[in-house]
This record gives sequence, structure tokens and C-alpha cells, in this order.
Amino acid sequence: MTTYQYTDVVPAPRRPWDHSRSTMIRTVTLIVLAGLFGSLLNKFTGLSGFLGWYVGLAIAVPVIAFVGSARHGWNIASDRIATSLVSVAFATVAIPWVSIFVEVYKKGSKAFHASYLTDDMRITPSSDALQYGGVAHAILGTLLMVLIASLIAVPLGILAAVYIVEVKGRFAKMVRFLTQAMSGVPSIVAGLFIYSTVVIFFGGFSAIAGSLALVILMLPTVARTSEEVLKIVPDELRSASYALGATQARTTFRVVLPTVASGLLTAAVLGVARVVGETAPLILTSSYFVAKSTNIGEPIASLPIYIFSSLGLGDSNATTRAWGGSLVLLGVVFILFAIARTISTRLRRK
Amino acid sequence: MQTLETPPDQREIRAYFTPVDKVFRGFVSTAALFSLAVLVLIAAFLLYRGFEIFSDFGMKFLTTSKWEILNPEDASTATFGIAAMLVGSVITATIAIVIAVPFAMAAALFIEYYSPKFLRTALTALLDLVAAIPSVIYGIWGYVVLLPLVEDWSATLNKYLDWIPIFSVRTPIFGRSPFLAGLLLSIMILPIVTSVAREVYSQAPRELVDATYALGGTKWGGIKTVVLPFGRSGLVGGAMLGLGRALGETVAVYLTLNLVFEVNFKILASAGGNVASLIATKFGEASAYEIKGLMAAGLVLFLVTLAVNFMATVIVNRARKIV
Amino acid sequence: MDNNINNETSTPEVIVPSVPADAGVLEDRTQRNAGNLEVSRRGGLEAVGVHAWFNKHHALADVSLHFPENTVTGLIGPSGCGKSTFLRLLNRMHEFIPKAAMAGEVLFEGNDIYAQGVNPIEIRRRIGMVFQKANPFPAMNIGENVIAGLKLARVKVDDKDALIEECLTRAGLWNEVKDRLTAAGGSLSGGQQQRLCIARALALKPDVLLLDEPCSALDPGSTLRVEETIVQLSESMTIVIVTHNMQQAARVSDYCAFFLSDGGPGRLVEADLTTNIFSNPSDQRTADYVQGRFG
Repeated sequence: MTTYQYTDVVPAPRRPWDHSRSTMIRTVTLIVLAGLFGSLLNKFTGLSGFLGWYVGLAIAVPVIAFVGSARHGWNIASDRIATSLVSVAFATVAIPWVSIFVEVYKKGSKAFHASYLTDDMRITPSSDALQYGGVAHAILGTLLMVLIASLIAVPLGILAAVYIVEVKGRFAKMVRFLTQAMSGVPSIVAGLFIYSTVVIFFGGFSAIAGSLALVILMLPTVARTSEEVLKIVPDELRSASYALGATQARTTFRVVLPTVASGLLTAAVLGVARVVGETAPLILTSSYFVAKSTNIGEPIASLPIYIFSSLGLGDSNATTRAWGGSLVLLGVVFILFAIARTISTRLRRK
Repeated sequence: MQTLETPPDQREIRAYFTPVDKVFRGFVSTAALFSLAVLVLIAAFLLYRGFEIFSDFGMKFLTTSKWEILNPEDASTATFGIAAMLVGSVITATIAIVIAVPFAMAAALFIEYYSPKFLRTALTALLDLVAAIPSVIYGIWGYVVLLPLVEDWSATLNKYLDWIPIFSVRTPIFGRSPFLAGLLLSIMILPIVTSVAREVYSQAPRELVDATYALGGTKWGGIKTVVLPFGRSGLVGGAMLGLGRALGETVAVYLTLNLVFEVNFKILASAGGNVASLIATKFGEASAYEIKGLMAAGLVLFLVTLAVNFMATVIVNRARKIV
Repeated sequence: MDNNINNETSTPEVIVPSVPADAGVLEDRTQRNAGNLEVSRRGGLEAVGVHAWFNKHHALADVSLHFPENTVTGLIGPSGCGKSTFLRLLNRMHEFIPKAAMAGEVLFEGNDIYAQGVNPIEIRRRIGMVFQKANPFPAMNIGENVIAGLKLARVKVDDKDALIEECLTRAGLWNEVKDRLTAAGGSLSGGQQQRLCIARALALKPDVLLLDEPCSALDPGSTLRVEETIVQLSESMTIVIVTHNMQQAARVSDYCAFFLSDGGPGRLVEADLTTNIFSNPSDQRTADYVQGRFG
């Protein structure tokens, strides 16, 4: 028999299972001890430099984790070892990426000077001192070729997506599959193809050939992203338009596409980000040129080829210029990425 | 109540498209089939331009390793064989996969299950960003920064482990080697494999993981029992996508592998090559006949990567459908 | 305030909700409910002044409840009043929810399971749980599913096959699957899967078994089989079952605890012998719920 009495006194909420402070102390101790072991290994064995540190840490961390938790039993000990190994693996994976960002910035900024982004290499050999010359021709060339490629690839990609999602033709599944297959074409093969057709036919390298090679590489990305974006549009929207007597053409162009306009823009930006750094196809199609140019029928400079050819010269100034170009290219990719993410978060917020 | 003995005849409903829509659908279909056309054209043109090579050399093109043309004007002085390059492609791609897959699994698990909540979206975005780094930047970093380090490591590996055949070398010169190229490729394909793995691991059913906790399991127990088996096929698909990329990579391999026309399994030695870097290297000064040889090589590369990517897509799609 | 059952209850006229004639084991319930019950407080499970929060939202307030050994206690009440939350506090599963918090104590064999230094994995081994939706591990076959807990909790057992047979028998599933222990876990029907999950929980030989609406996704036939299993199991372990189905509570439980939320945190309104809850509850709200006037 129970009667219940209510109390108004509410105790403070607790989290008795929360051991985050002791976990943090444990983790810090672990890292310090492992670091000590790594430095010992570094000094006293043949494993020197970075390798010594890394091997030391990689061995020490799970071992110390094991020793420290053995008293709790194998269940908890294996869990702690697993945690430590996964964390070490992640840190390992992050090191090269951090190194790339840091080195590109450090070495690339050495090539920068006031007019770096506006000068070209028309009168400056690569081995000259770094305050001469710049990357303007490369930036211009890349911009030009990517622009032409976009003008072709973006509409085609969106139309392919429209075919798959809206028109749903007989070949829809095949088109989808082939677009995915096309994304696996190696970039050099795309360049080889354009070489075997456009370059041979017109008798020389040209910017337009380069653009066409980029189209092949850009199309699958644009098509796939557009398809995902179009699939999100609810059918009710289309039904409403049809119910008002609109044709499929009008429904697609006036109702569906405007709804996902920012998504399609993201698809275009992602496509651009994909091809802006491609080197191999351009070796075979647009080659290289040392001056700023807007002549699409002639060879033209591009950021990736600028980097690649400067590096190939072996001279230390030329190599620094290559790093400088890399910094510019990385910056471009970064900006494109930021744009794509801003558009897509704004799209999601709507 | 009246019951029907036979259902009435079904009336056929046909959709008639207006002329506007007929044009629209035709236009869109044509544009969509462009991708089909391109793929077919690539295969067709490479075959057309490279056919002479296959008829001149037959299977020897794939099985021999010498690549030289003694007199650029005279096709009969040429010997083209890409066996060394095919083997080299496989070796570097294998090294890349062997290194990348375990680390990708661990990194994906870390992001999805071990990292603090607020970091998760940032790390996922970072992963996408790193996947977009152009290969030429990986190439220059690999050539300038990684090469000296790997030279050191190869010397150490060779010193202690040269009783294993692949780690032995004929001359103790370490530098641009399949090991370096494979290592660089693994760093390049890590983002894509980790991305796919992370996506699959994030979709493991939480209720199953809860069940493992209720049975007295730890976080690792739950991962081992539920998440990893669940993500197995997705991981395989991601690995194959990475493999496809590694097989066709040009610039990174060009800069980190010394092109030598000899099948070489000693990964620390300074010799190797893959088909893509062969094309890039020889293209600059190739005569008309040699270009045909490069076309033929390109066709082989095209077909191989197409097959690998086809299998990868099938596996990844099947993994996604199970969810 | 105290739901201690003392010895001097008179034997009122017992009105028990009707039980189907072919219920088998369930019929004995009426005899157990009607008599006097010696209750020991030494063993078993007890919640003392338990509160629960989900990130500042106060979900459960001041629940004190004792679960006598080898009995079945049903937690009843409308949805959303914290029954499942309370259940998860009993085996330390509540803490997996981010930003969860609690207050009060849960005493198992006299010791607070939330005390510092207590190994939650040990607790979950001895207080098992079966979930609402049957969740056998798809990557394992039936036999492997049963002993999955052994691997997870790192418990050593000499004769695995004997254990598998014992657990499946206790769960009432042995006869149906003994010939296909290597079949996939997902190839069973819903009711069979749920009984497999019970067998899986039994493999760790828990002292307490918590069941969170185990039959809500099952058809009546499977439900009855699971209920029979629960009653049989209660001879050797303490069972707590959350249920929406009042007839089920009447069929299966010795004690019932009625939870209710008035818009604020869920509270325990009344806890008593099942017969009392259904035939003459002391609180009007309990009477209203039991007679179907709401919920």
C-alpha cells in the first residue's frame, strides 16, 4: 500500500560516470611518457629524426595504455589500447596534411612579392632572382580554360541530371552508371583522347583543347552533385505545377531548377574545384606558355603546368617559384571550397 | 452483394507529350547521352590510333618490358612493351592500398566514434578539403619534403630487413622508388577511402551498439562486434575507389619514381614506373610512331581503371543499399 | 511513502483480470499474488530518490522503488512519463545519452551502483536488458548470438554448447532452433528474435533482467510465449518490465508501479501488489488509468 508524498526539494543533477578530468590527466601523462620514450629511441638507436620519434610514440602509447589499465581487467584494458591506437593512427594520418599546408605556405610565400600576382614570366627566366616575374599568366590561363570548360560541362552535367531525375528516360539507369564510370577515367587518358582528336586535327596545342580535356573530368562531378540536389525536390512541387497545366519543360525550367539553383551552383563550384588543379591532361593539350594570353587557339599557361615545369628545371629559384604557384593554387581550391560550403549551408538553412 | 465474375478490361493510359515537351525530352536525352558518347569515343579513338601497335606487337606489348625506338623515323626499329609499367602500376597501387586502408579505417573510426562532438563536422569538412588538394601539390611536396625522409627510412629498412626479398636492393642508392611513390599515393588516396569508410560507419545501427553495451561491452567491443562487420563492404568499395585513383595517377608518380624499363619487385630500389607516368615522360619527344605506342598504353590503362571503378561502384552502391 | 509490504494484510476478495484458460504457467500467478509474501530487503534491487535529466530537462523526479528478489515488477503508465528512462538508470545505460544527469541512488545488493569506483560493465553483466525492438546481431548466427555477451563482457565459459542449449531452453526457443543453430540471426520471426535476445541476455547469468516493452512489436501468439518465459524466469531472477499493456501487467507481474507525469517530470504515483493496483488502488489517478479513463 503506497501513498506518495511529493517533495519540492530537487537535488542537484550529478554525472557520477563522468571521468573526463581523470581521463585527461591520464592522456596527458601517457603522451608525456611516450614522448620521453620516443626521444630516448631517437638518441640511442639507429632510428633517427622523425622516424625515431614516431616509432617510439607508436610503440609506447599502446604499451603504456596497457600497463596503466591492466589492473582493471582485459576488457577495459583492450578498450583503452584500442582508443590509443585509433588516436595514434588518426594523428599519423593528419601529419602529412598539416605538413603540406605548412610547407606550401612557408616555401610558397618566399616567392611572393608585390607584383607576384600580376607579372608573368615573359621576360624572366625561372632561375632569376625571386623579385622578378610572377604567376599572372598561369592564373589567367587557368581561369580562361576553367571558364570555357564550365560553359560546356555545367549545362551538360545539369541536363544529364535532369534526364535521370525528371525525364526518367529509358536510358536513365545507364546514363547514371556511365557518368559514374566516367569519373574514373584517369586524367591522362582524358588528355590523350583530346590529343588524339583535337590537337592532331588542328595541328597544335591550344587552350581550347585543354578546356575540352577538363570538360571530360568535370562533367561527372557536376552531374552527380546535380542529381543529388534534384532528388531532394519533393514530388508535390512537380505535381502542383502539372496540375496547373504546365508542360514538363516549363515545370523543369520554371519550377524545379530555380528551387535548387544554389544547389546547382554548388555542383558547378565543386566541378571547378575538381579540375582547377589537373596537370596531366594539360601536358598533352594546352602545353605551356610564358606570357599572359587570351588566345584560345594557342598554347597557354596554367597554374598546374607552371608548378610542374618550374619544378622540372631543378634550379632552386625555379623550385621556389613552383612552391609559390602551389600556394596560389591551394588558395584557389580553398576559396572554391569555402564558396561551395557557404552556398550549401545557406541552402540547408532555407 | 453483387460480385464481379470477371474484372473489366483494363484501359490503357498513355501519356502524350506536347510538341514542346517532345523537343524538351529529346534535347535533354541527347545531352545526357553525351557521357555515353564520350566514353565510347575515348575507347574508339585510342584504339584507332593505337591499333597499329597491337597489330605490330600483339600480346608482346603487354608482356615485354623494353621501350625504345632506335630510329624515330623508322617504325621497324621500335620495341614497345609495357609489362614493367603494368607491374609497376600494380606494385605502387598495392603499397598504397596496404598502407592506406588500415589507417583510413582507424581515422574514420576516430572521427565518427572517438572525436568530441564539436570537432566532428569540422573534421568531416577538413577531410573533404584534403581530398580536393590537387595531385601536383602532393607531387611537389612528395618530391621536396618526403623524398629526403624516405631516403633515410629506406636505408634503415634495408639495413635491418634486407633478408626479405622486396626490401633488398642491388645498389644501395635510395631515392625515387616504388616505396616512395606508393607511400605518396597512399597519402593521396587516404581522404577518399576515409570519407567512404566514415560514411558507412556512421550508418551502423545505434540500437545494435546499445545492445552490446547492455551486454557488458565496452566501446571497442561495440565497434568490433557491430560497426566493423557492418562497414566491411563499404570499406572494400572505398578501397577500390582509391585503387582506381592510384592506378591512374600521373604527376605524383612521375616526380617520385625513376622510370626504368625493367620489372622490379624491389620496392626500395630506384626503378619502376606506372603506365600514366610513362605516357607523361615519353610524350614530350615522341615521334609519330611512338605516340601510337603511348595511345595503345593509354587504352590499356583506360580499360583497367574502368574495370576497377566499375567493380568499386557496384560494391559501394550495394553497401549503401543495405542501409 | 514506503512500499514495504508487511505481513499483516488481510486477504481481501481478490479480483484478478481474466486470464485465458490456456495460459498455462500464467495461471499460478493468482495464487502467488493472493498470499502473504515474505520480502527480504537484503538482496534485489532498490532505487532511492532517483531523478533523471536530459540536458537540463527534468524527466524523472524522486522515484523510490524496491524490487524484491525473484519477483516480476511491472512499470506501467502513459507514454512519456519516464518509465523507460527509469529502467535505463537501473543498469547504467542512461549515461550513454549525451548531457544526461541523475541524482539519488540505485542499490544493488546494498551498494550504490553509481558510487565512485564501481565498474559499470560489471553492473551491466549482472543486470541485463532486453530492448523493445529485437536486435540480434546480423553478422552472427543463432548460436553465436547467444554467447555474444560472453565475448563482450570477457567472461570465460568452459562448455559453450551446453550454455547455448541452457539459455535457449530457458528462453523457450530451444526446440524451435536446435537444428539450425548456424542459421543467421535475422532468419527468425519477430517473436523468436526477441526470445533469442532474452537467451543472449541470460548467457551472462544476470541476477536482474530488465525488459523495455519487449512484446510491443510482437503478435499475440509470440507475446504469450514471451510472457510465459518471463514468468518462468522470475523463479530464479528479479525481473522489471516496462509495459503499456495493462492486461500484460496483470498477467505477468507480482508488483506494479504506476508512473505519471503532469507535464513536469515523471513521478511514481503508486506501487503495490498487482492485485491491489488493479482491484483497489489507493490513488484516484491509478484507478483512472487502470480503468482506461486515460492513457
